[in-house]
Amino acid sequence: TKTRQGITARVDQVLKSYKKVDEELLEEIEEILITADVGVNTTMEIIGKLRNQAKERKITEVENLRGLLKEILADTLDLNKSHELNIQPLPAIILVVGVNGVGKTTSIGKIAHRMRSQGKKVLLAAGDTFRAAAIDQLEIWGNRVGVDVIKHQEGSDPAAVVFDAIQAAKARKIDVLICDTAGRLHNKTNLMNELGKVRKVVEREYGEASKEILLVLDATTGQNAIQQAKIFKEAVDVSGIVLTKLDGTAKGGVVLGISSELDIPVKLIGVGEGMNDLQEFKPNDFVNALFGDE
Amino acid sequence: MVFEGLADKLQGALQKLKSKGKLTENDVKEVMREVKLALLEADVNFKVVKEFIDKVKDRAVGQEVMESLTPGQQVVKIVHEELTALMGTTHSKITFASKPPTVIMLVGLQGAGKTTTGGKLGAYLKKLGKRPLLVAGDIYRPAAIKQLQVVGGQLDIPVFSLGDKVSPVQIAKEGIEHAGKHGNDVVIIDTAGRLHIDENLMEELENIKKVVIPHEILLVVDAMTGQDAVNVAENFNNRLGIDGVILTKMDGDTRGGAALSVRSVAQKPIKFVGMGEKLSELEPFHPDRMASRILGMGDVLSLIEKA
Ligand SMILES: Nc1nc2c(ncn2[C@@H]2O[C@H](COP(=O)(O)OP(=O)(O)OP(=O)(O)O)[C@@H](O)[C@H]2O)c(=O)[nH]1
Ligand SMILES: Nc1nc2c(ncn2[C@@H]2O[C@H](COP(=O)(O)OP(=O)(O)OP(=O)(O)O)[C@@H](O)[C@H]2O)c(=O)[nH]1
Ligand SMILES: [Mg+2]
Ligand SMILES: [Mg+2]
Repeated sequence: TKTRQGITARVDQVLKSYKKVDEELLEEIEEILITADVGVNTTMEIIGKLRNQAKERKITEVENLRGLLKEILADTLDLNKSHELNIQPLPAIILVVGVNGVGKTTSIGKIAHRMRSQGKKVLLAAGDTFRAAAIDQLEIWGNRVGVDVIKHQEGSDPAAVVFDAIQAAKARKIDVLICDTAGRLHNKTNLMNELGKVRKVVEREYGEASKEILLVLDATTGQNAIQQAKIFKEAVDVSGIVLTKLDGTAKGGVVLGISSELDIPVKLIGVGEGMNDLQEFKPNDFVNALFGDE
Repeated sequence: MVFEGLADKLQGALQKLKSKGKLTENDVKEVMREVKLALLEADVNFKVVKEFIDKVKDRAVGQEVMESLTPGQQVVKIVHEELTALMGTTHSKITFASKPPTVIMLVGLQGAGKTTTGGKLGAYLKKLGKRPLLVAGDIYRPAAIKQLQVVGGQLDIPVFSLGDKVSPVQIAKEGIEHAGKHGNDVVIIDTAGRLHIDENLMEELENIKKVVIPHEILLVVDAMTGQDAVNVAENFNNRLGIDGVILTKMDGDTRGGAALSVRSVAQKPIKFVGMGEKLSELEPFHPDRMASRILGMGDVLSLIEKA
């Protein structure tokens, strides 16, 4: 697309217009990172590392600097141990959380589709009992990908839905149970407590299951995503991130800040609204995309 | 980090200046650097920040500041004034058609809050004595129509739908005819979320616009949006000529720098802000409050007052 070419062109232009690695060039790189939502603090840290390592390794050629930068960025992400979903050994339960409208329900549809194509038995729990037609939305996804949905009425207690879904998963010998939850802003204490309750039910009722708690982040989100990650992690011990809407022009650079400050691995990325638009997260590809090299 | 406001940083910078009495151009530069970082941390777009800083610098190195007794505070005051001015004036109004129905179309990225905001606007207009009709123009998202019907049901506002097999252009057109026949004087068209770079779906919006000629095309923007907000606003505005913006999810703790970015590229008023998931939680936009919020400077203002 046009916008992406624009960014690629800009990076190359910047690099071409410098013969030597100097402060001015570093400043331009700083700008590229900021415009990808990497954030001021993390950007400063990265530029600091870049400056030092360039000096240490005596890098003066611009082309080599670019390689070094990519290395530093990928390192920041690679600190995360595993980008695999934590579902082994089966059975497993995946709890999906996040703020409003980021793509939780859609991602659940996509994950269910992927697991089913791998031959796993999947069940969904309609844990968003609050938003208008949230249950219907999940049911449509369930039909689309061919998995059942456990639901209660709108307005009922989400913890009770998850409780029932766990019993059903046990009875039906389900491999992976995926639980939807209502979108909630992390600064609403009562809603975060409600989520804590859901998590307790998972711990108490499904001790034998592998557990993955996925925080869904919208790649379009700016620095607030760091706050989201921090508080959701405190509340429910998030074990992985799904970064959605990367098919837009936003770069999702904020996950660099999250990786360096919080150490929560990105596990999956969303690249569209269809059931196949889900990919595994590859740090190197992500770094390339950040620079517009694709 | 997010909450460490400009106030703290500026206080530090100002402390240094106190002993000096007068400001040099260099001093101003240093303070402006802090302001710049604060704006970037608040997600104001990079280019917008640069332009803004240049403008403020010009004013800040002028006589009024350099010779005042409290130059630091003067600078902050200028920043706040300019930022508020950039946000525009209070403008929480809908332009009504001289010949009803007034047609309002809501557009924006996926998940921004269009459908919910459609309901909120309906409730707001109903309070003003209008008889709104909600039109279900999203035929793509699973259960989008049902969602609007539930929202309409909660508010006792009628919802027009032709299901998901008819084109949104046709739905919009028939929706307006329906309003004419049933005495609805405002039509609010919900549309599917779409990326600003999605050629087909952007064209669909242009086609709806051509057929129904809306009085208000409102871009719904998530207040948590980062640097990309300018691209989104620019694209939607270039393709459709938007009339205003509604900022959603302002009940969160985001600084909301997207407001400044959007406002500065589209040059269209921010009309309302969404303050929660409930259908009553729509408020007029306050430029000065937004300016303080972006700067993270509840305290800075009192600092200025003390000076
Ligand atoms: N372009 C794009 N759109 C997406 C992606 N993932 C989700 N969406 C869209 O984003 C919108 C919101 O998605 P949902 O799955 O309903 O989000 P949610 O987090 O469940 O929302 P709430 O339950 O209301 O908090 C829908 O229009 C989805 O189709 C993605 O990867 N790319
Ligand atoms: N906290 C909060 N949540 C909001 C606000 N406005 C909308 N939401 C929530 O954001 C989510 C998405 O809202 P929708 O109205 O479905 O968004 P949309 O733009 O219609 O989404 P698509 O049709 O999928 O593009 C829902 O969970 C809403 O309840 C707001 O002002 N504050
Ligand atoms: Mg959902
Ligand atoms: Mg909608």
